[in-house]
Amino acid sequence: MKKSEKIAGNVANYVDERTGAAKWLKKNLTKVFPDHWSFMLGEVALYSFIILLFSGTFLTFWFDPSQRDVVYNGSYTPLADVKMSAAYASALHISFDVRGGLLMRQIHHWAALLFMAAMIAHLMRIFFTGAFRKPREANWLIGVGLVTLGIVEGFLGYSLPDDLLSGTGIRIAEAILQAIPVVGSYLAFFAFGGAFPGHVFIPRIYTVHVLLLPGIFLALITVHLMLVWYQKHTQYPGPGRTEKNVVGYPLMPVYMAKAGGFFFIVFGVTALLGAVASINPIWLYGPYTPGQISAGSQPDFYMGWLDGLVRMSPPLETHAFGHTISWNILIPGLIVPGILFTGMALYPFIESWMTGDKREHHLLDRPRNNPNRTALGAMSLAFMLVILINGGNDLIATHFHLTINQIMWFTRIAVFVVPPIVFVITKRLCLSLQRADREIVLHGRETGRLVMMPNGEFVEVHEELSAEKKFTLTQHEQPQALEVPTTDRSGVRNPQGIKGKLRARMSQAHVEQVPAPSQEEAKALEGGHH
Amino acid sequence: MSNEISKFQDPGLPAHQHRKSDHDPKAEKRAEQQVAILFLLSAISTVGTVASYIFIKPGKFVFLPIMGDVDAQQLFLGLGLAFSLLFIGFGAVQWARRLMPDEEVIAERHEFRSEDADRKDFVDTVKERAGTVGLGRRSLIKRSLGLALGLVGITPLVMLRDLGPLPKKQLETTSWAAGTRLVTDPGDRPLRPEDLEVGSVAQVLPFLAQGEERTLENIGKDAVLLIRLRPEEFQLDSKRLSWTHDGIIAFSKICSHMGCAVALYEQQTKHLLCPCHQSTFDVTRAAKVIFGPAARPLPQLAITVDSEGYLVAQQGFTEPIGPSFWERSS
Ligand code: HEM
Ligand code: FES
Repeated sequence: MKKSEKIAGNVANYVDERTGAAKWLKKNLTKVFPDHWSFMLGEVALYSFIILLFSGTFLTFWFDPSQRDVVYNGSYTPLADVKMSAAYASALHISFDVRGGLLMRQIHHWAALLFMAAMIAHLMRIFFTGAFRKPREANWLIGVGLVTLGIVEGFLGYSLPDDLLSGTGIRIAEAILQAIPVVGSYLAFFAFGGAFPGHVFIPRIYTVHVLLLPGIFLALITVHLMLVWYQKHTQYPGPGRTEKNVVGYPLMPVYMAKAGGFFFIVFGVTALLGAVASINPIWLYGPYTPGQISAGSQPDFYMGWLDGLVRMSPPLETHAFGHTISWNILIPGLIVPGILFTGMALYPFIESWMTGDKREHHLLDRPRNNPNRTALGAMSLAFMLVILINGGNDLIATHFHLTINQIMWFTRIAVFVVPPIVFVITKRLCLSLQRADREIVLHGRETGRLVMMPNGEFVEVHEELSAEKKFTLTQHEQPQALEVPTTDRSGVRNPQGIKGKLRARMSQAHVEQVPAPSQEEAKALEGGHH
Repeated sequence: MSNEISKFQDPGLPAHQHRKSDHDPKAEKRAEQQVAILFLLSAISTVGTVASYIFIKPGKFVFLPIMGDVDAQQLFLGLGLAFSLLFIGFGAVQWARRLMPDEEVIAERHEFRSEDADRKDFVDTVKERAGTVGLGRRSLIKRSLGLALGLVGITPLVMLRDLGPLPKKQLETTSWAAGTRLVTDPGDRPLRPEDLEVGSVAQVLPFLAQGEERTLENIGKDAVLLIRLRPEEFQLDSKRLSWTHDGIIAFSKICSHMGCAVALYEQQTKHLLCPCHQSTFDVTRAAKVIFGPAARPLPQLAITVDSEGYLVAQQGFTEPIGPSFWERSS
């Protein structure tokens, strides 16, 4: 036996005699993971979170989360002798006087953007392929929670340096708190320890940013991954893949090597971005003071849509009985986001209610084979995109020589008109893609080669699809709409009332499909064709 | 369900295709070397990173296309780190793809639902265990426990009370009062009307007595913008006109929407614009909102001059400045 084998054997023996883990480990080291590029999106999110832990910890060694007044005397001369908070001064210190500090700040910020982008892309993959269906509803809820908390964590993060831009963001957050009916002023005074901006907000959000939320992330991500592990990964439909199996590569060694390697690649990419692409140059903004503002204030993209909503909302306020309710803040700042995120969280349950489908699903849907869901997702994306565009209306205005007024009115109308249009178009598109699938299964793929028939006619040669391909394109279910019972057993008419009708309508819309071709159809055609 | 029966049959997992490196020792050797080269490139990059840390002086700039001037040390540290990580990643992925077994395997799945017998067993056990506690019989315990658990959550909420003081009238008041002089920000110099040309803007704060400190909380409430127009350009009622002095009009600089500093003044249109959400206020009409989400004009500060000819406030603001809140009465 080689020496290394002997050591490994001893370690394994030591662990097993104390835990009995050998059986479990053996089973799990050969655990199968299906392979697809879209399964890497969640991995990117995980890896960027780990990068955030590393780079964030590095930053904490120098960052001073205090709003105590100091006079800057570091090596960035344009701000020499300027009065500022210790937090801002220490962020400047990290940027200019700690070797690699600026790089780490930039890596941290790029990783935050990547974290959010990857989570959102991952969420979209889950949605469009129906991976959230039973038994994976809990993981969908965890995912929605992670995205929501990610937005908060990112916002708190870029508020920490206490520069003019981030202070403006905090000011807006304070105004949202203050606008909450009845308790708003109290909440704001409690959060800020008195009048805005006060001296306690940065230290408080620091604890939340580096301890509380990362802890919650860690817990949620752990449960998320344990569930993936235990329930096994979903897979795309294809030859040999069924609801009863999972086809892919074993954890050890292929998946481990690929996933491990991929972690280094993601880390390398954020380092590359941090090296060459400047982000959040706080020294250009100056320290925060409520009396000033940096022109063209732009939040990070994951906040931009909120900003766009706030910008487009009409100037509505109610003054009654000596009280004020600011609809212009409450609707875009709390009510609409609340509805969006609640709707997103509940979607798996809504879909299962309207289809009456309570079975387990481990095979993913190709998005086209569920036109209604895909159209709904595209519609939501269109909504987010329109409001995100409005969040950048000042940039777009200067870029394309438009007035902000024009963009504002365009988006105010578009936010109601565009999403329904996108819904209809997407649904049609899905159905015509299904029709195209049907065509090539029945008639084969066009080859572009022409041959002359004995009678002189030219026909294009169609190449028959492989059995694998045919199966992939036809394996999906042909769901049936739910029927509304018009009379129940005891003779009461339409016992479920409006709710039942609504459900039947929704279910009908949901099952709209182009019938998948059957073998009989293929056979019937064969005769006539050759 | 004729459709179901005649579905295309699953042909099963396609036969595995072997790679060249699986049977050709030469190809295998080449793949091995390739992976090793990638790992070596990473090692070299790390040496470069450490060298950049030690040898490049901070504050030296190099020019990069698009990026502009970049600090050389940060740049090379970053590039070194990036490549040392990337090459490890590339090497590992390449190793997996070229040399590790790439045959797909099939694992069985089982429905999560337990056997009916097990489920029934479980329910019975729960019932039996719960029975021994006898919660159903002991309603006094049940209710008092419910009360205790319901109340215990109040403690942490109560203990958060000292996070901050009560707002009292703080959101409604500023430092401005009758006779307060307007001083420049920055500089703290008192202003005479002559100091402002027609068409110009100035940011001012209330005069600060010797020894007093100006806090950010003060600035957040007291910041005021002065704008000088020609008196005939105003379209104000007589009261608001009397709050101006010689074409000089004063508004709170804190946006009535969400409190950003309303910093942009367009001389041509005489509009004030808030960069946060682009609420636009017409200076000639007492900062009436003409665009954007703000629902109220910027509060106007009544000004005049004192006996020495300096600009002063006639009185404090007559309404709360800044964003709305529940207790605001108008
Ligand atoms: C999910 C996780 C996280 C996100 C989305 C996030 C996001 C951010 C962002 C966007 C910034 C502003 C960076 C800049 O200055 O441009 C920031 C700053 C900061 N973060 Fe995080 N972060 C996360 C986790 C962490 C963790 C785990 C720590 C520490 C253990 C941490 C420590 C810090 C510190 C100290 C700063 C201020 C330093 C500075 O801005 O110079 N972060 N964070
Ligand atoms: S804060 Fe001024 S427009 Fe919103």
